[in-house]
Amino acid sequence: MSAHLVEVKDLKQYFPIRTGWFTKTPLKAVDGVSFEIDAGETLGLVGESGCGKTTVGRTLLHLYPPTGGEVFFDGKPVNRENIHLFRKDMQMVFQDPYSSLNPRMTVEDIIGEALDIHQLYSSKAERHERVGELMSLVGLNADHARRYAHEFSGGQRQRIGIARALAVNPRFIVCDEPVSALDVSIQAQIINTFEQLQEKLGIAYLFIAHDLLVVHHMSRRIAVMYMGRIVESAPSEDLRTNPLHPYTQSLLSAVPIPDPRTARASKRIPLEGDVPSPLRMPSGCAFRTRCRFATAQCAEQKPELRDVGQGHQVACWRSVNL
Amino acid sequence: MTSPLLQVKDLHTSFSIDSGEVRAVNGVTFNLDRGKVLGIVGESGSGKSVTAYSILRILVEPGKIKSGEILFNGEDIVQYPARKMRQFRGSRISIIFQDPMTSLNPAYTIGNQLREAIRLHTDRNRAQAQERALEMLTLVGVNEPEKRLKQYPHELSGGMRQRVMIAMALACEPDILIADEPTTALDVTIQAQILELMQDLQKKLGMAIIMITHDLGVIASMCDEIIVMYAGGVCERGTADEIFYNPCHEYTRGLLRSIPTFENKNEKLTPISGSPIDLLNMPKGCPFASRCDRAMKICLEERPEEIEINDFHRASCWMNVKAVYDEAKGGEGI
Repeated sequence: MSAHLVEVKDLKQYFPIRTGWFTKTPLKAVDGVSFEIDAGETLGLVGESGCGKTTVGRTLLHLYPPTGGEVFFDGKPVNRENIHLFRKDMQMVFQDPYSSLNPRMTVEDIIGEALDIHQLYSSKAERHERVGELMSLVGLNADHARRYAHEFSGGQRQRIGIARALAVNPRFIVCDEPVSALDVSIQAQIINTFEQLQEKLGIAYLFIAHDLLVVHHMSRRIAVMYMGRIVESAPSEDLRTNPLHPYTQSLLSAVPIPDPRTARASKRIPLEGDVPSPLRMPSGCAFRTRCRFATAQCAEQKPELRDVGQGHQVACWRSVNL
Repeated sequence: MTSPLLQVKDLHTSFSIDSGEVRAVNGVTFNLDRGKVLGIVGESGSGKSVTAYSILRILVEPGKIKSGEILFNGEDIVQYPARKMRQFRGSRISIIFQDPMTSLNPAYTIGNQLREAIRLHTDRNRAQAQERALEMLTLVGVNEPEKRLKQYPHELSGGMRQRVMIAMALACEPDILIADEPTTALDVTIQAQILELMQDLQKKLGMAIIMITHDLGVIASMCDEIIVMYAGGVCERGTADEIFYNPCHEYTRGLLRSIPTFENKNEKLTPISGSPIDLLNMPKGCPFASRCDRAMKICLEERPEEIEINDFHRASCWMNVKAVYDEAKGGEGI
């Protein structure tokens, strides 16, 4: 059997959208995404808004039932019937620390709810103790357990969200833009917390974000998504120094570098136009309408993700033909 | 030497609410020269947007300018009556906001809104305003401008809407453009397009820009000079190179240490400990003291004065900033 902790094969998520009185068109939010994550490893998933990265995370956890494809955890297939058995192993941290915590529950109950559901304690005292433990683990003051979410700052709320995810001792956490709502100085605190937890507990992450600098810092591998598909995937350093897909190249060159000399010297590779409507997907390669190198072949055939050596994969006809 | 285009002197703005007075801006002073790009960087609640809104006097109730002067070409605009201020806004200084989704009126066409702005501030007639609107949309790189004029905001993408906002802001050839987090709501590739456009237009039209952002990357690529704000005050100011390569204030240094870059992948980030202070209960000393690793006794008691390090660089800190500066320069910086 496979040695991967999480394996996703050809995952698909289509949302039916009403486009007329009686017609519905499938919006292909995720259209055939495959990847693997090993125990204790971080896979970064980047892409612009609407590319389907959040949907990948949610479909993977069966928060939306997938339209197609398979998910394996520890070699065992995960499906609609048995997903509840895997909830303890696979958890999620959400983007918005303001709306993802119930304002009418105390922190102790927010974190403790997961313990209740999975019956992870034998006495009230044990529950209380465990919540305190989790709070200190993520850098919160355990004496604040009786407080409500609104009494905490954005960074602290994100820590509550992390403690809630950790309550059931998961081996894998989907982190959906966990730091993008936070200020720079707080962002660094939370990034460090994620890294420390990984070192201490060996948790694997799927780290979803739009900020390439943050993803590059966190991840061993990065997968780049465009219009519901992974267009390139490589070890982080390799992706940065040797991006092969024209979209990745543009994306990297657009990252504002916090260094005036580099910023002045760097040349952006401009990307023309906007992302096409996902309801009217271009034929062949979805990126061809904005690509500098598009040829007739790109309009006819969809490029598959293929290996070009050293764990670097790219879905582009140009890299095949070169 | 000619006097600066805009001088802000000891500006204090606060919001009186039931639980007290929120002192959002606490003695901000800066000059802006013609054709320069000034960056104001700071975290949420640092007072950067309130500073901009004070300059345009578009503060929302109960916000009020308590004291200070804002001199535009030597004239104090704080004293302007409302009617005069209305003419001033948009024609001499205009602003673009963070959220292009909400700053356009959804009930009117793009053309309608552009023409309104133009006719309000110039004596062009309807046909001339239409012509100018078309010209501006072309200038900001909107494709098919004739068609766009007839469209409503919801028919345009986020990047397009921000371009329309820029077109509207620049239609009356202002001397100063204030950009309040203009690209925060946009994707990186679109952000790059908009920043490039702003740089191009700035060179072409020679206006000055005040760029307000929390993103140090955006600041680095755009600005000649930078002001770092914390808790409503300026803690450090200088040219872009001075701030990035020889930062002297502990807050600036902390900020620069806490951002991931492509180079520091295998190092741990060094975050600033603690969280921002409560503007309702401002300490009497340095507002950053409670989070500062090098805080001394005096930092808790007295507010530091701004000290000149060299012609291009000042910092407000009780540390011997000149020694800190030499240390930063001698080492590899941060």
